[in-house]
Amino acid sequence: MSDVVEKTLTALPSLLSLDSQPGSAKLSSTSKLGALIRGITELTSKHEEEKLIQRELASLKDQVSSPNTSMRQMKEAMVRAIYCEMLGYEASFSYIHAIKLAQQGSILDKRVGYLAVTLFLNENHELLLLLVNTVLKPNVPQRYDTCNTPLVEEKLNHPKEIIRRKAVLALYKFYLIAPNQVQHIHNRFRKALCDKDPGVMFASLHIYLQMIKGYKDLTASFVTILKQVVSGKLPMDFNYHSVPAPWLQIQLLRILSILGKNDQSTSEIMYDVLDESLKRAEINHNITYAILYECVKCIYTIYPKTDLLEKAAKCIGNFVLSSKINLKYLGLKALTYVVQQDPKLALQHQMTIIECLDHPDVIIKRETLELLFRITNAQNITVIVEKMLEFLHQSKDDHTTIDLVGKVAEIAEKYPLQTMNTVFSLGGDMIQPDIPNSFLKLLSEGFESEEENKKLRLFAVDSYILLLEGETRNLPQRFLQVISWVLGEYSHLRNDLDPARVMTLLTKLLEMRQTSSETKTWVLMAMTKLCSGEASVSIARSVCEDLSSSMDTVQRQRAHELLLLSQDRALRSQLLPLCSDPEPLEVDSSLSFLDAFVSEALAAGAAPYKPPHQRQEELAQQKALSLEPYELSLPINMSSSCVTGRQSPTLMSVSSGLSGDSAELSHKGGSTTLKLEGVKRVWGREGYLSKKEPVEEVAQAEIPSPLSSPNQHTGASGTSSNTHPPIPTPEPEQEKQQLASSLFVGLGSQSSLCLVRADIYSTQDVPSHSVAVFQYSLSVIRPVVHFEVMGMLSYQSSHKSHEVEFTYKLPLTNFIRPFTVSTEQYGAMWLAFSNDTKQNLNLVTDGQDSLTDTLNVLKGKLNLHIVEIIGMEGIVACRLAQDQPCLLHCHIHAGTLAVWLRSPVPDLPDSLLYHCQRALEGT
Amino acid sequence: MMRFLLLFSRQGKLRLQKWYTPLSEREKKKIIRDMTTMVLARQPRTCNFLHWKDLKIIYKRYASLYFCLGVESEENELLGLEVIHRYVELLDKYFGNVCELDIIFNFEKAYFILDEFLMSGEIQETSKQTINRCIENSDMLQEDYNNEWYEVELFG
Repeated sequence: MSDVVEKTLTALPSLLSLDSQPGSAKLSSTSKLGALIRGITELTSKHEEEKLIQRELASLKDQVSSPNTSMRQMKEAMVRAIYCEMLGYEASFSYIHAIKLAQQGSILDKRVGYLAVTLFLNENHELLLLLVNTVLKPNVPQRYDTCNTPLVEEKLNHPKEIIRRKAVLALYKFYLIAPNQVQHIHNRFRKALCDKDPGVMFASLHIYLQMIKGYKDLTASFVTILKQVVSGKLPMDFNYHSVPAPWLQIQLLRILSILGKNDQSTSEIMYDVLDESLKRAEINHNITYAILYECVKCIYTIYPKTDLLEKAAKCIGNFVLSSKINLKYLGLKALTYVVQQDPKLALQHQMTIIECLDHPDVIIKRETLELLFRITNAQNITVIVEKMLEFLHQSKDDHTTIDLVGKVAEIAEKYPLQTMNTVFSLGGDMIQPDIPNSFLKLLSEGFESEEENKKLRLFAVDSYILLLEGETRNLPQRFLQVISWVLGEYSHLRNDLDPARVMTLLTKLLEMRQTSSETKTWVLMAMTKLCSGEASVSIARSVCEDLSSSMDTVQRQRAHELLLLSQDRALRSQLLPLCSDPEPLEVDSSLSFLDAFVSEALAAGAAPYKPPHQRQEELAQQKALSLEPYELSLPINMSSSCVTGRQSPTLMSVSSGLSGDSAELSHKGGSTTLKLEGVKRVWGREGYLSKKEPVEEVAQAEIPSPLSSPNQHTGASGTSSNTHPPIPTPEPEQEKQQLASSLFVGLGSQSSLCLVRADIYSTQDVPSHSVAVFQYSLSVIRPVVHFEVMGMLSYQSSHKSHEVEFTYKLPLTNFIRPFTVSTEQYGAMWLAFSNDTKQNLNLVTDGQDSLTDTLNVLKGKLNLHIVEIIGMEGIVACRLAQDQPCLLHCHIHAGTLAVWLRSPVPDLPDSLLYHCQRALEGT
Repeated sequence: MMRFLLLFSRQGKLRLQKWYTPLSEREKKKIIRDMTTMVLARQPRTCNFLHWKDLKIIYKRYASLYFCLGVESEENELLGLEVIHRYVELLDKYFGNVCELDIIFNFEKAYFILDEFLMSGEIQETSKQTINRCIENSDMLQEDYNNEWYEVELFG
């Protein structure tokens, strides 16, 4: 019998040297299976298929249960049953017959029987026990139970290597199912490892991979084996596309990486062979890349060795830069793995990473996010979370979503505030209302440690104050609400923070046109909590005056509360105690405390309460009252106030709209209407306003204008003009030397959308026959291609007033300064910037140094700093102000210079690109 | 370790299924459905890897047939592609210019070849020659086992 077993397993020795064509069993078109398959392909509907299969199954059932069916017929029937099952129809009646076939048939019948059994039965099927109990051929591999262990063990000594191999694999499977059952035969595994047949040895590696930790002493053996494999000592049979035993190599590399992890002495044994593996894997084939990948992983897992790490890093570069997408994917995976050891490696490949982030293949995108997730730090968290959320929006797959949300949450744990701030500002008003609520709950209930809580809250207060001091217009309403609440609740924690300052910031929010009335009530509530101290009270009072006439009743109510509470300190501290412990509030949702009031009112003849929808219905029925006319009247008022040029708040909005247009127009020469607008604004309708009235536009001077020398450049004061000692001049028109009146510099208008900030100063008397030099600092707020500086001189001569207008066009390049950074800094910044633009530009020269030449031209004309040039790529940096850098990445592509600009400042890349183009065209 | 191998046509018709871990019928059906929809929806020039739950899916199309391999997530993807490729090579060698029809009509042979190549989700034999010899031998056996003497010999 054991002979039979053996022959089953080896699929029979070649003792019959009859010549037979491989594949001779092709298309048995006369067979019943063939007929069945053809029958199915001819059908047109699912319904017909179902009918046919049911018929087929019925005839099969008859056939298998008939005692006259021969084993051969049975085998044929089994094949058909398998086919029906594959189509999704149950043929459970045949299971028992499959087992019977496996037990009783001839060798080939058995084989089909076993095939059917493995396909039909799963682990828990009741018939399996029957199979195990009756089958004495455990090596027929797919189904086993631990009771077979001794039998399999016996086979470990079998003279045929294939049987030993199968036995080892079977034991491996046992080990996976029940490790304890095979504990006593560990030494057998060692014997298998030393088997003279490499196949058996390979099979034993599966087991060792699972339980390797306890076998440090085997390291040298594994290294020797790998060395032999790598140098091609195995029989040719093991080669795969002329690579020696790749599967075996990879298995060994995995084992080595487990052995060498955190173990210097063990790792040292492996260095040589790893180096050798890296060197040998040269052939450009997928399988060598597979080995390389495993090698790199191993090198980064074991105790590090510098030159190996370098080689491995270079290897990763080959993956990442490959044009083959599968290799790129694996490169990203490798990077993800290694950046945990060395985050700097990501910097080298940042360009590719960025490209992959926008890759059309979502799998690549996701892998990139995975990588970014590993290199998240306090600086780049915003961008990374942004990208993750972006991906989440598109993702339809549940598992991906859960995974990513988990990662965002993990980041949120590390950097709670930054993440939540990002989520708020990005998710905007789209996010579910319960998210800000739960965030506030987290803040108020806090963590376990009181210290931690305070730190978090302080951090929140600080970061929100900073936010409010900056640009607030684009913040979503929900975020503003969160900010107001936090400031109201916790700004007292920061002792050196004057509540009046917070109040002023909050007032700014109230004045903003975009702020919704709901947000305004949040702001007012925060103010109510805050207003202590004289300055605050006075701010509160002025706010209340403004709002007490508000159309919105809720706001009016809150404003009224604010006014009263700001005056009654005792009442306020009782109502809104500082740092209240969140005791559970009891809410009387039925409002029973008002019962008395209601009954009193009813008794006095008031109408009973009607729910809103009922009221609405009644209103609709009556077709009464429409609120529309009131709303319509507002815009009319607005436009009229604009015409008269009164300093109404609405003018601001109208003129800001205008200047918004002017930003686009400015480099085409500006528009006269705009100038008029600006003049009118400052001088008023009847000419210029009183000389003594300084214009209250405070601005910060950051970049010296080309007119002034740096040392004269003054700080951020309202009047920053420097008057030089009078200098006699030979100018003919002496009258005009009598400078007087005021001068203002601005671009577009002084509305909030101003592109350049400048100091505006008031009138000044200048002695006659003298020259006065006025200097202004200009700093760019929003970059455009050209800035137009407009001004007006007005002066008096012989009791007549004169006005001279002038404009001056400043290109953006006047404001550009070189920005000296290192390549690493450049890399870190590049990832964090969100505004970018790309274009192909002309090269200055052809030939080898065309990149250097072109960059030098740019450097000369635009005042840029060349950070580094490597081969066909160059990186360049410049900046507007200290915190307004712009990075350029240039590489030569198909005879043109492909430029990619990135900056945190919107419009800067586009404007700068225009000048780059001009600079290169001019040569 | 490999978890399953599926072969299906461009129309999503299953041609072969091999499971290396026990799964219930419902789970299998779900996997088959998910795999066909996911793989068939892939655009050209995208990578050959997918994620599915905690598994990695490696797929490749050969003519009209998709080979879809589910592996554990720590497996090497490129190696998975080579497993598929080697299996195709084996089929090709046996059938001689293999096509989808060969596998439809002789799927049990395709299973036998696969069983020589992989065992319990691991590589068992990578040599094309060895595997082919095994299958050819069993084919010869089939042709011969009408001969009385052989059967007598074998069981005698």
